[in-house]
Amino acid sequence: MTEMNEAPEGASRGGDGGEPLLKLRGIDKHFGPVQALYGVDLDLPAGQVTGLCGDNGAGKSVLTRCIAGVHPPDHGQIYFDGRPVHIRSARDAAALGIETVYQDLALADNLDIVQNMFLGREPLHHGLLDEDSMERQAAETLSTLRVTTVRSIRQPVASLSGGQRQAVAVAKAVMWNSKLVLLDEPTAALGVVQTQMVLNLIERLRDRGLAVMVISHNLNDIFEVADRIAVLYLGRMVAEGPAADFDRQRVVEYMTTGSSGMRPFEPAGSASDEG
Amino acid sequence: MTADPGETPTGPPGAGMVDLTADPEAAAADIPPALVAQSLGQYLRAWWLRVRGGNSGVLPVVLAIVVVAITFQIVTPEHAFLRPSNLVYIFGLSTVYMVLAMAETVVLLLAEVDLSVGAVALIGGVIAFKLVQQPGPDWPWWAAVLAALVCCGLIGALQGMLTAWLRIPSFVVTLAGFLLFSGILIIVLGGADASVNVSSSVPNQRVIYDMVQGLIVPVAGWVALAVVVGAAGTALWLRAAARRRQGLAAPPVSLTAIRIALVALVGVAVVMICTVNRGTSLVTVEGVPWVIPIVLVVLGAWTLVLQRTRFGRYVYAIGGNPEAARRAGVSLAAIRIWAFALCSATAGLGGILLGSFFYGEYSTNTADPGQLVLYAIAAAVIGGVSLFGGRGKAIHGVLGGLLIGGIAYGVSLLNLGELATPLEYILPGGVLLAAVLVDVLSRRGTGSVTRV
Repeated sequence: MTEMNEAPEGASRGGDGGEPLLKLRGIDKHFGPVQALYGVDLDLPAGQVTGLCGDNGAGKSVLTRCIAGVHPPDHGQIYFDGRPVHIRSARDAAALGIETVYQDLALADNLDIVQNMFLGREPLHHGLLDEDSMERQAAETLSTLRVTTVRSIRQPVASLSGGQRQAVAVAKAVMWNSKLVLLDEPTAALGVVQTQMVLNLIERLRDRGLAVMVISHNLNDIFEVADRIAVLYLGRMVAEGPAADFDRQRVVEYMTTGSSGMRPFEPAGSASDEG
Repeated sequence: MTADPGETPTGPPGAGMVDLTADPEAAAADIPPALVAQSLGQYLRAWWLRVRGGNSGVLPVVLAIVVVAITFQIVTPEHAFLRPSNLVYIFGLSTVYMVLAMAETVVLLLAEVDLSVGAVALIGGVIAFKLVQQPGPDWPWWAAVLAALVCCGLIGALQGMLTAWLRIPSFVVTLAGFLLFSGILIIVLGGADASVNVSSSVPNQRVIYDMVQGLIVPVAGWVALAVVVGAAGTALWLRAAARRRQGLAAPPVSLTAIRIALVALVGVAVVMICTVNRGTSLVTVEGVPWVIPIVLVVLGAWTLVLQRTRFGRYVYAIGGNPEAARRAGVSLAAIRIWAFALCSATAGLGGILLGSFFYGEYSTNTADPGQLVLYAIAAAVIGGVSLFGGRGKAIHGVLGGLLIGGIAYGVSLLNLGELATPLEYILPGGVLLAAVLVDVLSRRGTGSVTRV
């Protein structure tokens, strides 16, 4: 656990103590007449995976984009490392160490793995691309994440499997000493084996002390990797806490009705798997 | 186990992490062979799989050049096609198409198209020729050439701005540019049947005249070849060795050696062909035309820009996935505008070469902007540049230009009379269609996921 600062407000609500790396308070966002987020509070502690759930249109993607700087919030405050910050662009987010892996991955098929990982941030050597240092650094990042199944980091991304592409996108995000990684539906297009590979990768990010937020429809995945769970319902944060406090039934209720009148009951597994 | 590169390889269940080795053929088809293979044998095998997967690089155009050469050698009267004098003429003619094709390549890489390269090239040529006229501006040749390239670059930048900022399809912008500048060309030239000349007897004009027509004395040609091959070979060898030492992806030693040997072989062949006396019994004509080193410099410059600079990297990225480039912080508009500007400036050089090729005479008879642009695009696509963006290199434009030049001249040798002119269009058209088919099918074969 690396990001343990003094905790002025006491322990975070769900984690194992300490000030969360990223804290959202009262985030509002509207697009024209449509209110997408209503006073959302969210904590993302370092060294923990937070699973963000919600039905379609609940505001998961908008919330992600607020943190990533794509859609700055209208009202509310973001605290990073305890300091209030304004994230107005993707560059602001990157400067803080916030990286986002979008669902479509944003990889250029015709470029190879190294070229994709450094796209937009290529180091230069005498004005020319410094391929050697890029390749070394990319190989190092991939091996620390134990992404070792690619044959060559010089193969075009077009030749990779879905899981490998996801791994490259994640490696690209963590290469820049990032502290917080947002993953939008990282397993949506993957088969069973590849999903497992990506989930393992997410656990490795956590073990490195990063704060991770995973958006997923798939409650199996959420329950497998998440330390904390947050549920959005029609733009409101209706539940947030340690994953142990939830079971599938309750998460589904929060996702579909915004509340849970039910007692926590029945072991996980007998309830529906998909949100 | 059959290779099926049409499918994105997915790991078989139960193989742990995605395991490409379980289906090596399917996976290998997309990987540049030099990066996987440890030995030459493995390299050749990987390369063959890639070719079968439709990702064959320069192979189709090299084969096509060989086929065209053999065919014309058989069908031309007296089997004259491969005579040194004809080959040197083809080199000269092709260099115009090569330079225009390299210009077109950078725009095609962005998944755009520039239909104005022919007209802009001619504008560049006329500007340079006009500026060195003796009763007239009488600029030094280098200033005239520079002014022509800058003018063309500005024209390109303007078209690029319309495309990049207003998002008007480049097809429309440059089609308008093609018509506009074809008209302006006639005005600048001074009428539909006017012409402008540079003479080999005026020293300042002679430099421009000699760009294609001038010859390097054979001894100097051989020395230059030795120096160029030696320097390039050493650089290639040292770089590959350094990368191998550091454990970075590098081709096997034998492959590096073969590559250097191939470059040397092609160089020796070209210089030998050019060194044969192709004059009459009275006049000796021998030596490498200056235009060959000029084209090599353009090729080297474009290769460097596209492969080793941020600009080049972003051109490929935009061609492959503009959204990824945008999210990576790349300014799409700036890259597009620069690409169009550099394309047009390069085209301007091609226009100057064209005038030099026609013995220093520029007129609307010798230069048809419509045919030039079609040949330029055809040369780039035949050479292996994808019409859909993101795939292709400067060398592809050079090889495609040679093929187009060979076909154009071969047809003119055939004494077909009435048939010659239609065939000059029909043959390159057929080859272009074949090249596009290869492009489309190979793209389907490599299973580009993000492209619809």
